[in-house]
Amino acid sequence: MNNQKLSPFLKGMLLLGLLFLYIPIVSLVVYSFNDSKLVTVWGGFSTKWYASLFQNEQIISAVELSVQIALASATAAVTLGTIAGFVLARFKRFPGSSLFAGMMTAPMVMPEVITGLSMLLLFISMQQLIGVPAERGFFTIWVGHTTLCMAYVSVVVRSRLLEIDQSLEDAAMDLGARPLKIFFVITLPLVAQAIASGFLLSVTLSLDDLVMTAFLSGPGSTTLPQVIFSKVRLGLNPEINALASITVLVVGVLVIVANYMMLNSQRKRERALAAAMRESSAG
Amino acid sequence: MVDAAKQSASEKPYLSIANIVKKFGDTTAVDGVTLDIQRKEIFALLGSSGCGKSTLLRMLAGMERPTAGQIILDGQDITKLAPYDRPINMMFQSYALFPHMSVADNIAFGLKQDKMPKGEIDARVAEMLDLVQMRKYANRKPYQLSGGQQQRVALARSLAKRPKLLLLDEPLGALDKKLRQQTQLELVNTLESVGVTCIMVTHDQEEAMTMATRIGIMSEGQLLQVGTPAEIYDYPNCRFTAEFIGDTNLFTGPVVVDEPDRVEIEAEELGGRIWIDHGITGPKGMQVWASIRPEDVRVDRDPVAAGPNAAKGSVAEIAYFGSYSVYHVKLGSGKVLKAMVPVNRWHEANLEPPTWGDQVYVSWRADMPVVLTR
Repeated sequence: MNNQKLSPFLKGMLLLGLLFLYIPIVSLVVYSFNDSKLVTVWGGFSTKWYASLFQNEQIISAVELSVQIALASATAAVTLGTIAGFVLARFKRFPGSSLFAGMMTAPMVMPEVITGLSMLLLFISMQQLIGVPAERGFFTIWVGHTTLCMAYVSVVVRSRLLEIDQSLEDAAMDLGARPLKIFFVITLPLVAQAIASGFLLSVTLSLDDLVMTAFLSGPGSTTLPQVIFSKVRLGLNPEINALASITVLVVGVLVIVANYMMLNSQRKRERALAAAMRESSAG
Repeated sequence: MVDAAKQSASEKPYLSIANIVKKFGDTTAVDGVTLDIQRKEIFALLGSSGCGKSTLLRMLAGMERPTAGQIILDGQDITKLAPYDRPINMMFQSYALFPHMSVADNIAFGLKQDKMPKGEIDARVAEMLDLVQMRKYANRKPYQLSGGQQQRVALARSLAKRPKLLLLDEPLGALDKKLRQQTQLELVNTLESVGVTCIMVTHDQEEAMTMATRIGIMSEGQLLQVGTPAEIYDYPNCRFTAEFIGDTNLFTGPVVVDEPDRVEIEAEELGGRIWIDHGITGPKGMQVWASIRPEDVRVDRDPVAAGPNAAKGSVAEIAYFGSYSVYHVKLGSGKVLKAMVPVNRWHEANLEPPTWGDQVYVSWRADMPVVLTR
């Protein structure tokens, strides 16, 4: 790519930066294979913490709950966020449109403690007034995570919509398609990639959210971050190292696959374009 | 059949735009345009950017709702019809090909909206692909095509539904200059072979002159003049048209003599009178403009008979164009007059061509200037 040689100083700084970023993760992975119960003392290689991890009912059920909540809130966030992004990007100004835009992005900038607390107060007073939600748990966490993730999705979708040439939608209308059909046949396929990345972003956000979850969860609904946090408070535990290593592996694989797919489609595009240019200049 | 169509067309216009106004807030984009278009005409709306031509086109397509006025197409009032209900299709400046669909699917898109049976759609798509010679690219995606090929697909897509009116928004604006000239005639041939009525919008006067049967000049939301390319060039009706189409020299001054057979204008900048061989209708003393095309100006090295339609000056600039040169002659008043001189003008007279700083005499015939009152 770039043949320019880096100076030794820059190389050194780069190395230092990378070490700073990755030494904690590497040591975490290494110590997850530690035989000793003490996190800081190496006692030989072992995979026993992984085995005990998969026997730990509390962790398994927390993972299940977290994944369920993540998928549910990502789905809801993508649906609502896409609609909101579309309204923000395509609708003409309507009364209260800037208020709407502000409200949409507010959960992103608002401290999560505040959002979580205010939601908790809302749910409590709702319970007193109409009896719904009966208890805090899956539903309340889901609502909270959706609110947060929806803001991110709407931003991603909106910026993608603004990139798309609006005459594509005009052309579809000119050719006889009605607005709803245009949305599903033209607009949606063009923003599909943004929606997919919004979904992934939402899953990640929901999976590791601790603060808001702490306000919105009830007895019997403990998510993975909550379990980890409570365990770590009682002292470092090699089991958690194993759990974290698995998380790193899963995330790493996902990122690599996503990158590979994006690069691949981009290369395919570039090759096709080059072929078309060659042909037209030859013919 | 064709004759019958022609006859009915000559009786009443195919498309009639009546007093169309479009306001965006306080600004008036289109200011009372009235225009009649005949069947099978290729009409060009010509104007610089922001003159309202694109807004007018979008109102015809239905993308904008007129503030006032009426549009009637083939006897049907379409003013308030939604874009998807109009028998009108448009070719967009950016072509607006759907990037996630193949060439064939792009062309079929409009037909599918009409719930046309699959067999008919396939036949029509094949016909359109042949029309624009893109058959072997049917399964390509738009990004796999060159600019010229994309333009042809966009044309095929907009013709596929056999619209009563085809709108072209800067049809060749996205192509480079060489390709554009070649494509102009190709596009006209295709449009004429299909026999579709066309309105195109362009800022390129050469494109309008080459492609259109009639041209409408627009400025600041108003339609200033409508006519064939030759009419517009030879008889501009206002300064804007005279200067916008081709190049011209404008002189202003009061009318001092107005007889049935001649008009004389006292042009201060010329340092003399401009004499025109026909009368005008207007009060004496009225301020008018005279437009003289550079190709109508004669340049001499020797003094010409003193009198109207002549002046002395010095060569300030020479632009060489091969077969002709444009001389910028600086007159006594400081005004620069452009004269287009064929190269063999000097060879034939056995004269050395004048060069920078040389004293020359400019003159023109009395039937050449066009008097403009606005």
